[in-house]
Amino acid sequence: MAITHEGPAPAEPVRSRSSILNDARFRGLVAQAVVAAIVVFAIGMMVWNAQTNLANQRIASGFGFLNQTAGFGINQTMVEYNETSTYGRALLVAVINTLMVAGVGIVFATILGFLVGVGRLSKNWMVRQVCTAYVEVTRNLPLLFHILFWYLAVLAAMPAARNSYSLFGEIYINNRGIYIPRFVFGEGSGVGLIAFAIAVVGVIVLKKWATARRNATGQQFPVFWTSVGLLIGLPLIALLAVGFPVTIDHPVLKGFNFSGGSRLLPEFAALVIALSIYTGGFIAEIVRAGIKAVNYGQSEAAASLGLKSGLATRLVVIPQALRVMIPPLTSQYLNLTKNSSLAAFVGYPELVQVFAGTTLNQTGQAIEIIAITMGIYLVISLVTSAFMNWYNQRVALIER
Amino acid sequence: MTDTTIAGPDRPFIRTEMLTPQPPPTAVSGFAGWARQNLFSGPMNALLTLVCAALAVYLLWVFIDFLLLRAVWTGTNREACIAPGVGACWPFITNRFGQLLYGFYPADEHWRPATVFFVAVALIVPLLTPSAPYKKANALLFFVAFPIFAFVMLHGGYFGLRTVETRAWGGLLVTLVVATTGIVASLPLGILLALGRRSKLPLIKFVSIAFIEFWRGVPLITVLFFATYMLPLFLPSGWTIDGLLRALVGVALFSAAYMAEVVRGGLQAIPKGQYEGAMAMGLRYWPMMLLIVLPQALKLVIPGIVNTFIGLFKDTTLVAIVSIFDFLGIIRAAFADPNWATPMTVYTGFAFAGIVYFVFCYGMSRYSRFVEERLDTGHKR
Amino acid sequence: MKKILTALALGASAVFASGAAGAATLDQVKKDGVLKCGVSTGLPGFSNPNEKGEWTGLDVDLCRAVAAAILDDPTKVRFTPLTAKDRFTALQSGEVDVLSRNSTWTSSRDATQGLNFTAANYYDGQGFLVRKALGVKSAMELNGASVCTQSGTTTELNVADFFRTNNLQYEVVAFQGQEETLKAYESGRCEVFTSDSSQLYALRLKLANKDEHMVLPELISKEPLATAVRQGDDQWFDIVKWVHFAMLNAEEAGVTSKNVQEMLSSPNPDIRRMLGVEGNFGEQLGLTKDWVVRIVGKVGNYGEAFDRNVGAGSPLQIERGKNALWTKGGLQYGPPIR
Repeated sequence: MAITHEGPAPAEPVRSRSSILNDARFRGLVAQAVVAAIVVFAIGMMVWNAQTNLANQRIASGFGFLNQTAGFGINQTMVEYNETSTYGRALLVAVINTLMVAGVGIVFATILGFLVGVGRLSKNWMVRQVCTAYVEVTRNLPLLFHILFWYLAVLAAMPAARNSYSLFGEIYINNRGIYIPRFVFGEGSGVGLIAFAIAVVGVIVLKKWATARRNATGQQFPVFWTSVGLLIGLPLIALLAVGFPVTIDHPVLKGFNFSGGSRLLPEFAALVIALSIYTGGFIAEIVRAGIKAVNYGQSEAAASLGLKSGLATRLVVIPQALRVMIPPLTSQYLNLTKNSSLAAFVGYPELVQVFAGTTLNQTGQAIEIIAITMGIYLVISLVTSAFMNWYNQRVALIER
Repeated sequence: MTDTTIAGPDRPFIRTEMLTPQPPPTAVSGFAGWARQNLFSGPMNALLTLVCAALAVYLLWVFIDFLLLRAVWTGTNREACIAPGVGACWPFITNRFGQLLYGFYPADEHWRPATVFFVAVALIVPLLTPSAPYKKANALLFFVAFPIFAFVMLHGGYFGLRTVETRAWGGLLVTLVVATTGIVASLPLGILLALGRRSKLPLIKFVSIAFIEFWRGVPLITVLFFATYMLPLFLPSGWTIDGLLRALVGVALFSAAYMAEVVRGGLQAIPKGQYEGAMAMGLRYWPMMLLIVLPQALKLVIPGIVNTFIGLFKDTTLVAIVSIFDFLGIIRAAFADPNWATPMTVYTGFAFAGIVYFVFCYGMSRYSRFVEERLDTGHKR
Repeated sequence: MKKILTALALGASAVFASGAAGAATLDQVKKDGVLKCGVSTGLPGFSNPNEKGEWTGLDVDLCRAVAAAILDDPTKVRFTPLTAKDRFTALQSGEVDVLSRNSTWTSSRDATQGLNFTAANYYDGQGFLVRKALGVKSAMELNGASVCTQSGTTTELNVADFFRTNNLQYEVVAFQGQEETLKAYESGRCEVFTSDSSQLYALRLKLANKDEHMVLPELISKEPLATAVRQGDDQWFDIVKWVHFAMLNAEEAGVTSKNVQEMLSSPNPDIRRMLGVEGNFGEQLGLTKDWVVRIVGKVGNYGEAFDRNVGAGSPLQIERGKNALWTKGGLQYGPPIR
């Protein structure tokens, strides 16, 4: 659990000898006993009631249902799933979908939040005003409003499959989602993968070497562009060497819908857009506060060392601002993950929709299912905060 | 050393009186200078300015055009707004205005929630105006007398008022009832939890941490689902708790956990000397907390507290998951009315809902900034 | 938190002890003076709030009839709108006493969900609603279609079965609320809206241009839409079941809300028994002798309710079809009151 720093605790109150009622330790014990009694009584009563009620009504219980056949379809499955799969499998699909929407949302929200947060501190008056307006508007509207707006209002304005908006004749946007071409890797593509792995190792080695050289001689090496070149170039050369066994699967209009290519569900798109825009507003404020918390002397010192303002921001200000930003950023990430449960309103098949919705209804085992659902969110949230705490400690200022 | 006069007849090249200052060159002053410094200080900045300005003007135009210029103002059904190229369909809102405000509250009883609204405003405005007199009496009225009055008026069943089940409540009424009670309940609860989390009594600390982390870790909609549809399973049979009340408790506990973390931040920021000073004065735990620590800690975290309030206000929309029709819920339900099915209905509804939510939330955040500045005792580093 | 989870798990893995009846629902209803009835969130003809916020519909009338039988007042009902997803949990937990919400009677629901279905209030089958412009004449032409449906319904399972057995590609988009489902279909997110055919006719009325949409002829499933009560209270189960049968028997015997007072003097022994002139059949159920008089007088018989809500006297104009009395070739059959 995320207990990082405890402040100065209220010190031991004065101990009085006059009456046991005035003894702080005794009073502390009584207070704890009362709380314990209340908690135990409340939980005991709930368990007992639930047991009697379930038994009286002969509601099925236990976790055996996870092995039964689900029988319903899910329209976005990252792992093998069909109607004959089990409820347990459906749960897995749902959890993956939740993690996916949360992960993508976090990435976009962070990018957006950093841009806007920095923009709010820009010297450019116009940029500042636009960024402020963005923050005020997004933060002061309910998330459900954002989600429904992007789903209902924007989806309604999208054309049907036959009149899709098309970009370069390859990407199609319509009310069924966004279709993009997909690379299909044929026989022998493994070479590309191996080449990519080699490139990754190469980049790491390069980075180490460049840092060492910079520390020794002060000479810079363009690590970034070389890395990009390596990561793209090496697999490409390897693939060309084996005759380029990669084909592109284009989306084609077939019947009612497009087939082929990769597809983003409109529910997914609406959810990611809404979550990113909404959370981005909050992240922007965190970024702004974080940057403002860095002493202005730091920027001045950077400038006097001859760093350009962009470099100063990147190398001096942001790393220090990150320390202030990480705890609130963590809670925003957690909020975003939990908020992805609002997908139930737009029909994106995630945890609450598939598991606490359809599965609950088919099996009727509300207690088990809600317990599992809440448990999964708790685990996600505890793992995320543990990770962020670890990262926080890593970047924390090591003081004397 | 004697006083020496620098200027004199023997040194005519030295000026004896001040020059009237020249205005700064226009390049750095006036609008042009300001614009040059703040908008066009380089090619990149100029480009950014132009892009942002274009975006702002475009969005502003879209809104004004849709909300005012092309809007339809009168009509009785969808025919009014079906014409191509029209903007917002305001009669859709005005025709169901009563429903948006009060939900399915019986029409001939609408005066009751209306009275409550007015009384609430009449009490809140002076309460929030620092210069208004009689603060204590006012606060007493608002926090003690008003809830009773509001309950009797809204629910009825006393003094010959017809009982109106909470099921029939809806619209902005429900949003405000849930938000106000949530706000009033979550602050003291959050403070208690924060104190509990920092308590030296291990059990109290454990219970507080477990409570806070549990509520912060699960989504509100699962909590609402649990409170509404599953809670009776865990209660002795025959116990009933009003549906709205259950949702309300769920929302309040949820934001209390967030409030607790905000307050904890404030508590942590109070230097140890304050505690020690208080104890040196012979204060016990509660007087120390109430008189010395909390007033300072709460002042520090006003922005966080108000943000939690705003969050709670926005979270009231989620009660829709348990079939309580709050303001946004009733607008969503209205989208399905075939009498008003036009291409613009959805946009009009969203525009109206957006404006209303924005006004409330933005108002709260502006007020918090105002209070923050007023209470600022200048101890900033 | 750990404690709570353990508690939940404990509660969940509770070993079955069958038998002991819970608190008597009938006594509770009498004590509160109100019947808690779960209905849909708005389905014209079955349960829908009118402009004044009063609930109307065939499912609603069953609850009103139960309230009339017990409390002699059909208005003493507290309606709780429930989505498909929430309905059984609400019934299980006691949030509602009667679930009269076009729910399909299936064996697993009967056996494992802690509820008992009393009787089918409406016999239905699942159908497909499509745009006429699509040019589809049969469900077999729906290969590759996107299908909008409500999550947590038998519909969601049937549609999976149908497309799978016929080797058709499909994509299901499941929403938790009916409004969203319909809105998504209307905005073109799906080619097909699937649900019980009665619902399709009802929801078609909610579409902006209802004549642009049609219901395909196929019915792909059996959907006996039945009323449900909690398990463990047999008396309550009997009451709700027999209120429905009483409405059927009244229609069969020609007793209507208009003539019920005259019928009290009818020489027909069936009618005399039903209306409580002879015997005490109502009291045997835990009601009063005149229970059927109350039901029919205040709510009407099944035929009247059907007509007024979904049949010829309503905008839905649904034929009696399978829901005609058994004497007229339908499936509605009320066991005798004697």
